[in-house]
Amino acid sequence: MSEKSANTEKKPAKSEAAAGRTKSAKAPAARPARTPVRIDVLKTYKLFVGGKFPRSESGRVYEVTDSQGNWLANAPQSSRKDARDAVVAARKAFSGWSGATAYNRGQILYRIAEMLEGRREQFTSEIAAAEGLSAAAASAQFDAAVDRWVWYAGWSDKVTQVAGGANPVAGPFFNLSTPEPTGVVAVLAPQESSFLGLASVLAPVIVTGNTAVLVPSEKAPLPALSLSEVLATSDLPGGVVNVLSGRTREVGATLAAHQDVNAMDLTGAASDAELAKELEVAAADNLKRVRRPDAAADGDWSGDPGISRLLAFLETKTVWHPIGV
Amino acid sequence: MSAGSSASALADVTSSDSALRRYLHGLPGVDTVGLEARAATLGTRSIKTTAKAYAIDLAISMIDLTTLEGSDTPGKVRSLCAKGSNPDPSDRTTPQVAAICVYSDMAATAKQALSAGGGAGIKVASVATAFPSGRAALSVKLADTREAVAAGADEIDMVIDRGAFLSGRYGKVFEEIQAVKEACKRPSGSGGEPAHLKVIFENGELSTYDNIRRASWLAMLAGADFIKTSTGKVAVNATLPNTLLMLEAVRDFRAATGTQIGVKPAGGIRNAKDALRYLVVVNETVGSDWLSPDWFRFGASSLLNDLLMQRQKLSTGRYSGPDYVTVD
Repeated sequence: MSEKSANTEKKPAKSEAAAGRTKSAKAPAARPARTPVRIDVLKTYKLFVGGKFPRSESGRVYEVTDSQGNWLANAPQSSRKDARDAVVAARKAFSGWSGATAYNRGQILYRIAEMLEGRREQFTSEIAAAEGLSAAAASAQFDAAVDRWVWYAGWSDKVTQVAGGANPVAGPFFNLSTPEPTGVVAVLAPQESSFLGLASVLAPVIVTGNTAVLVPSEKAPLPALSLSEVLATSDLPGGVVNVLSGRTREVGATLAAHQDVNAMDLTGAASDAELAKELEVAAADNLKRVRRPDAAADGDWSGDPGISRLLAFLETKTVWHPIGV
Repeated sequence: MSAGSSASALADVTSSDSALRRYLHGLPGVDTVGLEARAATLGTRSIKTTAKAYAIDLAISMIDLTTLEGSDTPGKVRSLCAKGSNPDPSDRTTPQVAAICVYSDMAATAKQALSAGGGAGIKVASVATAFPSGRAALSVKLADTREAVAAGADEIDMVIDRGAFLSGRYGKVFEEIQAVKEACKRPSGSGGEPAHLKVIFENGELSTYDNIRRASWLAMLAGADFIKTSTGKVAVNATLPNTLLMLEAVRDFRAATGTQIGVKPAGGIRNAKDALRYLVVVNETVGSDWLSPDWFRFGASSLLNDLLMQRQKLSTGRYSGPDYVTVD
């Protein structure tokens, strides 16, 4: 039985081969007309940690799709060790970045906006794919994000005047309060607004001298991963911003429990009240400063941001100085 | 077995300068590629969970907590002693370090601080013999050693004369180690054990692996209790390959003579991961006989903080940070 079937299978194979031969005999005449097919060069999206672009320590990636569910790219899926490395990098960068002059920080942020402009096309198409927007709407989002970034850049040397000042005291003292950066801030970026929302939460954290570990939108991390390429070429010291794409729950939990993270912005957990609560409980352990998610905020980021995000990650230092006679 | 049998097994090789030279140059050459590949392979072992917890505690108990700066003050030495006696005040189960390593003029301060502060079991190690360069007259080196021993040092870390070693005067180096060993003895009548002698080669200045192997044998033949990689004051300090090489030497020395010698890598070991790699190399090269503070030490200062942070991570499940350990 098996022999028979083997025989019957052989026959068509032979005749196919024969057909192939006759085709190939004709082929030489047709060959010059064929145009070569160019193979796509697909981009490998990577994490951004300490100014470098590593793959996830775990080796994991996950599929990122557009709003229709079509595959766009594989994004690295960060593990807790990536989070640990990112916090170490952010801590290392903190003294330099917070010690830089406000003027210098503002300049660097402005430089980032300049570099973003040069990549308008790339960001517009990534935003359009991620959020299912028309090209015009995506372009408007991009414009708004760059404008917001520049707006925050301008605050670098002005926030002190607003958040600090000279206090009247009953005694022969100058009493001065100045805002100082909190330290390493873990930022869960909004889940819906992949770029405008991202810029709106990241810029206010770093402009005052904090360093950030950023967890971008879980389903649309590509604009954030591309932003890290801009950050790497804008004189921003390595480690000031670290980008960890992956599962918000997984990375967020490690960051919330991490003893060396000083503050946490839970904006990205706005739609998941249970997660937000868990993270807040874990963050309470070392008295992290936590910015609780504002459920209404995720989605529309076009309004006037105000300066609450700047003030959320500042500590007030007050000094008493005797007045000389 | 005792020192007597070691003398009988290798007595003739130290009988004269030329015999010593013949012996040291007759040692097999080091396979550089093989040595580095072996060290790299052992460095990839993954140590997790309970094994990691054990290794971290073992590593802490093996540390010679060191401060060797021109700016050392009695206050700094005292705070280092307090840290060594009680590395993590938030967790009393943390083991104490093995020793506090200081310059000889600080040995008395360290001894006093340790006995007053609950660290009586911690040894005081003092560097001597014109550390770190070793460029002084023998009489000065011996006086330095005697002072340290008299001040209460339990261990002496001496440096060899690299100039003499590199120019081939092995006999001079040999005699110097023997003389320092002699100076480690307590005055008769005081009844104390002689101070343990650690011999520092400064591997970074010996340039070749062959030289490190020769220096190891030379020091062991001369009566070193420990052989130590480096001072921590030059560009290249302890590395995994040169520590592996020295471990092979102590293994072969014990096989030949029955005398067990300790090994101390020093300098450049800054985090827990590195320390665990060294412990793997120890276990795989000389076995568990050496996995004790009596036979293996880390010369380090910042390593302790990283080990403590890793220990806190294991016990709490949360990553710790530099805010939770002392700044020193």
